This record gives sequence, C-alpha cells and structure tokens, in this order.
Amino acid sequence: MTGQTAAAATEVVASPEEIREVKATAREVGVFYGETNALRNVNLDIRKNEVTALIGPSGCGKSTFLRCFNRMNDTIDGCRVVGGIMLDGDEILAPNVDVVHLRARVGMVFQKPNPFPKSIFDNVAYGPRIHGLASSRAELEEIVDSSLKRTGLWDEVKDRLHAPGTSLSGGQQQRLCIARAIAVQPEVILMDEPCSALDPIATARIEELIDEIRQHYTIVIVTHSMQQAARVSQQTAFFHLGDLVEKGDTEHIFTAPRDERTQSYITGRIG
Amino acid sequence: MIDMTRPEREPGAISKTVADRLKRRHAAERRFRLYGIGAIAAAMAILLTLFVTIVGSAYTAFVQTHVKLEVFFDPRKIDPEGTNSAEAIRGGDFGGIVKASLRNRFPEATGRRDKRHLYDIVSTGAAFDLRTMVLENPDLIGATRDLWLVAGDDVDMLVKGKMPRDVPETDRRLNDRQIAWVDALSADGDVEMRFNTRFFTAGDSREPELAGILGAAVGSFYTMLVTLVLAFPLGVATAVYLEEFAPKNRWTAVIEININNLAAVPSIVFGLLGLAVFLNVAGLPRSAPVVGGMVLALMTLPTIIIASRAALKAVPPSIREAALGMGASRIQTTFHHVAPLAMPGILSGTIIGMAQALGETAPLLMIGMVAFIVDIPGGPFDAATVLPVQVFLWADSPERAFTERTSAAIVVLLFFLVIMNAGAVLLRKKFERRW
Ligand SMILES: Nc1ncnc2c1ncn2[C@@H]1O[C@H](COP(=O)(O)OP(=O)(O)O)[C@@H](O)[C@H]1O
Ligand SMILES: [Mg+2]
Repeated sequence: MTGQTAAAATEVVASPEEIREVKATAREVGVFYGETNALRNVNLDIRKNEVTALIGPSGCGKSTFLRCFNRMNDTIDGCRVVGGIMLDGDEILAPNVDVVHLRARVGMVFQKPNPFPKSIFDNVAYGPRIHGLASSRAELEEIVDSSLKRTGLWDEVKDRLHAPGTSLSGGQQQRLCIARAIAVQPEVILMDEPCSALDPIATARIEELIDEIRQHYTIVIVTHSMQQAARVSQQTAFFHLGDLVEKGDTEHIFTAPRDERTQSYITGRIG
Repeated sequence: MIDMTRPEREPGAISKTVADRLKRRHAAERRFRLYGIGAIAAAMAILLTLFVTIVGSAYTAFVQTHVKLEVFFDPRKIDPEGTNSAEAIRGGDFGGIVKASLRNRFPEATGRRDKRHLYDIVSTGAAFDLRTMVLENPDLIGATRDLWLVAGDDVDMLVKGKMPRDVPETDRRLNDRQIAWVDALSADGDVEMRFNTRFFTAGDSREPELAGILGAAVGSFYTMLVTLVLAFPLGVATAVYLEEFAPKNRWTAVIEININNLAAVPSIVFGLLGLAVFLNVAGLPRSAPVVGGMVLALMTLPTIIIASRAALKAVPPSIREAALGMGASRIQTTFHHVAPLAMPGILSGTIIGMAQALGETAPLLMIGMVAFIVDIPGGPFDAATVLPVQVFLWADSPERAFTERTSAAIVVLLFFLVIMNAGAVLLRKKFERRW
C-alpha cells in the first residue's frame, strides 16, 4: 500500500502544478486564544482529491489550524480567528456563514474515536437525519450501507447494526467515525491525528482507507507521524511554534526540506 | 525512592531501608483501613439503634384493640319514623346503640359517673362504623349481631401494656372499675388485637384510636407533585442553559455563586418568603399543598440545578465535539446527545432533592400547613398537612396513644424516603454510563 501511495505521489509531482484544482485557500489565517497568538499568518492551498498532511511538534498549532476549516474553534470560549479561508470561492470565516451548513460540507474525524453511545446504524444515520438527506427509511438504510461499505466496516458489522457503536474495537470505532463523517457526503474531511489512539494494524487499515476515499473527497490530516504523512499525503505543511514554516509536495518536503527547522524535525532532532 | 546519585551505597543496604519503610507503609495502610471500618461500623450501629427504637415503638400502632359486644340495631334509635331512607339512617343515634350494648353487657354500672366510665371502653368511632354498616346494609335494622368494636385509646394502652396498673387510681386514666370491666371482657375472649386499617385509611383525629396517616400522606403527595412539576423543568432548563449555552462571563459567575448560596439558605426562610409572597401578595389559599409545593420547589431548585450541572459536566466533551462536527446545532447536540447521557444523574439529583423536600417541616409551618385537618384533601387547593408535620403534630399531643402513632408516622415517612432513594440508586444502575 505504501508503494501505491508513493507511486501516486510521483505521478502527481510529475504533472504541472496548475492543473491540480484548489479546493480551499487559507489566507493570512491567525488564531488567538484570549491574548495568546497560537497561530500566525498562515497561507495554504488545499488541493482537491488530495491528502494534505499537517505536521509539526506538539503545540505548534496544527489542530488549531485544522479546526478553522469547519469553524470548530467557534465552540471554544475566547478563541478568535483572523484572516480568511475560501472554500470553493465562499468565504467561510465570515460571521454570517451558517456553521451548521459549513460542517455538512466539511466533516471531521477526531483524535480519540468518539462514536455516539448509540447503535452503529444510528451513528452513521445521524448526519443524514439531521440534515434531511434521506426522504425514506430505505434511502437512509442505503446511505448507511454504502458509508459502511466504503469504510470497509460493512462485513464486520453487517450482522449487528443495532449493537452500540461503543462496543467496537478502537480501530473499528475510528472507521465508524469516518463512515459517520462521509455519510453526509462532505466535500472536505478533516482528520486530527486519527490513528494516534490505534495499534499499527488498525492504523494501516485507516491509512489504506484514507487513500481509497480521497478520490471522492479532499482530506486534511494532522499527524505526528512523519511516516504516516509520507505514506498517505500528497502535500505536506510543516508548522512550528504557530508558524507555517514550509509547505510543498510531500515527496519534496521529506527528501529536500528547504528550512532548517523542517530538516531538524524530520530527522528527529526537534519534536 | 532509590537515590541513583549515590552509587557508593551498597545495593543490599538500599533494599533493606526500602524493606523497613515498606513494613511501616503497610502498617499505615492497615491502620487506615481499620479506621474506615470502624467509622462504618459506628455509623451502622447508630442507624440500627435509630431504626430499632422507632420501629420498636411504632409496631404496636399497626394493631388496635377491639372488644366484642352484642349489638342490637334498635329501629327506634336508628330510624324512629320507619322511613328506611339513607338520610334518616345518617341521623340515627348509633352512639346510643353502642352505649346500650355496653349497659347490656355490664348491667352493674348504674350511676351517671359509672355509666360515663363504662362508655369510655369503646371509642366514639364505633358509632360511625355501625352507621356505615347500616348504610351499606339497611336490613340490619332490627337485627342483633356480635360485633368487634374499636376500643377507646385508654383501653388500647392498657391492653398493650402501656398503662401501668400498679399505681394509685388517681394517677391512671382508667379507674379500677374500668380495668375490671376490661379484664372481664378479656377473660371471656372478647378483647382482640386487630390490624389497624383505620391508620392507613383515615385522616387526623383528636381521638388517637381514630387518627390515620392517609390525610397527611395525600397532602404530601399533592405537595410533592406541585414541587416536581415546578422544580424539575425549571431546574433542568436552568442547568442546561448555564452549562451548554451561557457564555462563561462575570454574569454567569454571579448567577452560579447565587445558586450555590441559595442551596445553603435555611429552609424556614423559604417559608417566610412563601408567606409574604404567595399568601399575602398573591392571595393563594392558606394551608394548601399548592403553596407548600411552591415553597418546597424554591428550596429544591438549587439542589436540582447543581446536580444537573454536575451530570451535564460529566458528559465527555468528545460527545459534544462529535455532534457539532457532524453539523448538529447546539440545541440538537444538547437534546440528542448530552441531555440523554446526563439524564440518570439529573434524575437521581432530582429524587434526592424531592426526598429532602418530603422530609421538610419548617417552611410549611410558615404557610399554615400545620393546621388540624380531618378531611383527606381532594386536590392541591384543599387545606392539608404533610407527613413530617403530622409527626410534629402527634408528637405534640398529650395522649399516650399518640406516642406510638408518632413513631408509626415516622416509619411511614422513612418508608417513602427509602423508596425514593432506592429509586435514585436503581436509575443510576439502569442507565450506567455507556461511553
Ligand atoms: N482551548 C484552548 N485554549 C487555550 N489555548 C489553547 C487551546 N487549544 C490549544 N491551545 C494552545 O494553542 C497552541 C496550539 O495548540 P494545538 O493546535 O492543539 O497544537 P497541536 O495540535 O499542534 O499539538 C498550544 O500552545 C496550546 O496550548
Ligand atoms: Mg493536536
């Protein structure tokens, strides 16, 4: 699977930069927690149907930046975001943007698997239900089935769709969360260290899944594992102490980093 | 901790110090556990003593002395006109019938004083029982039956052994002749202890043998109903708003401090507030469960709010993140996910608040729920009293027979409290957290 990703990455690198369609653009994005400036002046293009990895040492602002794309920072008291993010030409940081609608377009998978303490079916059906995506029970079942199939969970859970989602293993729970996110057909999926609570086998399974689903979605993933970034992403952005230090094709960042700090981080000297 | 910076020390010496300390640490642990067990044992012993004393003095109240007499349903006394109408029967002189039966049984009582003493053997309630019997079955008029009649409270005390016989006659509520009559009845097998149904079906009475707990229990029920209907929705809504929606600023901090302070306000102050506002300004009826319920709702609100907020706080933030991340609005997040998960905590907090309210006396005294009320209240606007106030009223009554009834009322009150607390525990168990 790693070989596959590498091949894909090479292919992308080979094509001219211009034809890679941009899905979202962050311009001069800064985030304040109260008086603390946690993120400064970030400019980054997120490309469609690609995986963008955000890497950097702990506390450098990766999650903070990721949460700007679905306005989850709004839920934190005292958090203020400046700058602009365009999603397909729509400014999403504007105060009049309906975050409920935005979050239907931009789904999120969290670090710790957090299925609702409800049945597997209800977990996946929750998004379609609240957004009114299914007009009948049959349609809802169809959405649930296809989401579970797409995440490779179907064969494992098809006989117990009414068992609680929390009864699954950690890896299965995380795939359930991904199924739950894709059930509303988002355009972008944000993933905040989705594998950090999982064992290597479950991690490999999720990485494979990310690679499969990226054809239909645009994915931004935060990871503390450089191997993971190298395996799954086409584009990488390196953050350090609230600054976006370096961005570029994954291949490029890992083989020929321009900045000294990137160099030190990927060789394991800081982090 | 082993000091790694001094390698010159022999390894054996280190492990010896560790071993010595270990012994002391284990001893300390054992000691602490003993203290704990001792504390629990002391608490249980006190609780047991309490229960044994109360139940010990209460159980005799659940039976009542009855005496068997030959009763002649004299038509001239019941229905002199012979109309056979319920109205006439209701006006019948059933007291006279009981008295006649007693005179019949003990013809030796002749003087006025003697007769009065004789009549004290049977309770005045017996006449009401006979009237009920005849109203149900008018064919009894003219018949003669052997019937078990409720004994007076002094006889009851004598038979239950709670009235000393070996004191001078003047120090007793029954004189020597009365005791002789009771002994005579007893010798003929005409004195019996029967289950005291009346205690569970009657309202209060001046006569201990006729007094029942039902009036107070129904009063408590209506009061609790009003309390629950007011305090639960208000308390939960406040908690949900403060916990899930309100911004965390100076105002919400002030509100929070005030709610916590409110929880510490002595309950009688709420009673005074109820008197001033609900009775004097709003003009609501005095002694009514509706006002009692309102006062107790004020008192219970802080408990429910604090418990509900704790329950909401205990819901992991990851659940909220998951729902918000799916595009649920804040209301949807709260009502689809957070509130259901917090419900067991909210409900058990509510039950504990209600149990507190059920046992509350002082604020109800302020709003007149301490009145002597014979009728069983038919609704929250009827004058009523409640269980703990009934305990207070009976404890305050001079008749010896009220003592055991006081204990019996406490047992009934404790019974309801135990039921409510068991309910809280069951709810917690049933909805065991599942995340
Ligand atoms: N809710 C918050 N309130 C205050 N400061 C925060 C909050 N979340 C994150 N921070 C701060 O912002 C900085 C970036 O955090 P974060 O984005 O979580 O880092 P990363 O995900 O890269 O490890 C850190 O210094 C952190 O302490
Ligand atoms: Mg993070």
